[in-house]
Amino acid sequence: MADDAGLLSVRNLRTYFYTDAGVARAVDGVSFDVAVGETVGLVGESGCGKSVTAFSIPRLIRPPGRIEAGSEIFFQGEDLVLKDEKYLQGIRGNRVAIVFQEPMTALNPVFTIGDQIGEVARIHAGMSKRDAWAKAIEMLKLVGIPAPEQRAGEYPHQLSGGMRQRVVIAMALVMNPALVIADEPTTALDVTIQAQILELLADLTRRLGTSVLLITHDLGVVAENCTRVIVMYAGEVVEEASTADLFARAHHPYTEGLLGAMPRVGREKDRLATIPGTVPPPTSWPEGCRFRDRCPYSWERCAAEHPPLYQIGGGHTSRCHLADEPERRQHPHPPLAAQRGATAA
Amino acid sequence: MTAPRPVGDATRPLLSVRDLTKHFPIKRGVFGRVTGQVRAVDGVTFDVAPGETLALVGESGCGKSTTGRAILRLIEPTSGTITFDGEDVRALDSTGLRKLRRRMQIVFQDPFSSLNPRMSIGAIVREGLTIHRLAEGSAADARVRQLLEEVGLRPEYSSRYPHEFSGGQRQRVGIARALSVEPTFIVCDEPVSALDVSVQAQVVNLLQDLQRDRGLAYLFIAHDLSVVEHIADRVAVMYLGHVVELATVERLYSEPIMPYTQALLSAVPAPEPGVKRERILLAGDVPSPANPPSGCVFHPRCQHPARDAACAKIVPPLEEKAPGHWAACIKQPPTTVSWEQQRDAGGTNPPEFFLPRAALHRSA
Repeated sequence: MADDAGLLSVRNLRTYFYTDAGVARAVDGVSFDVAVGETVGLVGESGCGKSVTAFSIPRLIRPPGRIEAGSEIFFQGEDLVLKDEKYLQGIRGNRVAIVFQEPMTALNPVFTIGDQIGEVARIHAGMSKRDAWAKAIEMLKLVGIPAPEQRAGEYPHQLSGGMRQRVVIAMALVMNPALVIADEPTTALDVTIQAQILELLADLTRRLGTSVLLITHDLGVVAENCTRVIVMYAGEVVEEASTADLFARAHHPYTEGLLGAMPRVGREKDRLATIPGTVPPPTSWPEGCRFRDRCPYSWERCAAEHPPLYQIGGGHTSRCHLADEPERRQHPHPPLAAQRGATAA
Repeated sequence: MTAPRPVGDATRPLLSVRDLTKHFPIKRGVFGRVTGQVRAVDGVTFDVAPGETLALVGESGCGKSTTGRAILRLIEPTSGTITFDGEDVRALDSTGLRKLRRRMQIVFQDPFSSLNPRMSIGAIVREGLTIHRLAEGSAADARVRQLLEEVGLRPEYSSRYPHEFSGGQRQRVGIARALSVEPTFIVCDEPVSALDVSVQAQVVNLLQDLQRDRGLAYLFIAHDLSVVEHIADRVAVMYLGHVVELATVERLYSEPIMPYTQALLSAVPAPEPGVKRERILLAGDVPSPANPPSGCVFHPRCQHPARDAACAKIVPPLEEKAPGHWAACIKQPPTTVSWEQQRDAGGTNPPEFFLPRAALHRSA
């Protein structure tokens, strides 16, 4: 059901890919909400399903991928799963915008950046060519590109990576969308440029009241930019909490492992904690808890019973039986994956 | 300019790089007329001591990977000297070079393109043994199994192919390949940049274990300053083909001198929610190495309060600001470029030490 206060409400989202190797259950029953004006982080490692989750929202999934029946994506009260392509085209780039990871592939190399930004305004606001061009220059100014009148006439290859990402952000914000989905927006950028871009995104969305779903693998980026975090593993949400809660009281062993594996500037130089083993392939998620083999606490119950999302505090949920049997945390053991040694994927 | 020496090491360095340059010609037109030079590496000097990890950090295009490859002569340097274990690397012929590569190896960034997809991982690791005639037949098989085990792969997998492995596992294969010839020095070119954080931690730990067990020296090329702080003994910061600062990890992260290093450190996201870090936001982008700024290459983006016209004129020498701490900035005292010289070059602000709080991650 749709939550009136929420902007986006994803319920039991399942996005499967029908491949020769079998059915890849990339997103397998994901539910979460994004409120108006909120920046939510969606984190996890390669193959956890975070990007597929994000692209499922504006229904940008192409065969062999399919959003399964029973999935619900309420956006501003409407279930996008039930809508036709025409309706979705009216939404994409208009009320829901995406900032892609690789700005070079998100921009068309044969059109000027002014044309590309203006196109959004022409399509969604029916602006004339002249007005759209003016709008493009206004947007370039907004994202801090120097000499916007001149830059609008240039092609993507003439800009640096940081500049291109600014253009992509400008393009996303043309229609003042209610939701921006930012898929690893700074991963391809250098750290000083990343700082500029994140600052810019935070400033603009604060001013415009935009909600952001920020997909990233970098917990440092999450800590500084998000109010809430959703951690995904093997196609599922394994933990959700306010950012402060997650960093102070991570509950799920996977989250704990991620935080421990991260080298931090200014910290004592202990040996880095690792998560042994690798993410299982999405065509054959393990029964029971999907993290079981890599977990230092797992016991018989984890093999037998798929853990639900336990409520472990206000707005804090965790998909781990430890919520039910907390004393087990006192007795860690080498994970099964470590006992077996490294295994081929 | 005196060359930076490894801190606290009186013995001969293992690797010594002096004024290394690599310029790529820019060619135009059908006749390939050379119209300019991309100064990818422009006078780089450093030493690596036996068993030491020197990190080479900087942003895309600063020349750090080119430096690493030029040292191994995977690309030919334009000028400068490279001395490895007393031997002049640039003077070696192909036979000498092959011998050298027994002692000097490289691990590449991309574990997907650096392994031959048609060779089993056993064959990949074995190739070095064969080329250098280190082992044959069953002795080589045993050695391959031992190497795979050492990097944390099951020896039974030696007949499998690279596509059957994940990124982290492939990187382990790349490391086993480098180790097969028992080098004393490995250039690690962004070895963990393509890996997820949990896998990255596994590979970082592996590299540290191997270093401890075998006394390896690493040139660790990276852009991730958190990983570098964790693994390196000393750090050289590069910007536009120049080393702009070189110090021990402890010194560099607690008292960065070069304003560029300060900005770089302030940009590292801090995984502490609620702690909103101050940032030194650099204006604009890195200039093109085909047309680098005059004087100090960082001056157009520099935030040092004493920056003035002299910075655009005088090329700052990489000088020892404190014992073992080298930096290239004429506005950070002490400097060998006198105030008179600076004034003659149009300088208006005398050097004054500047260390913004934003550059510090360690609370004092």
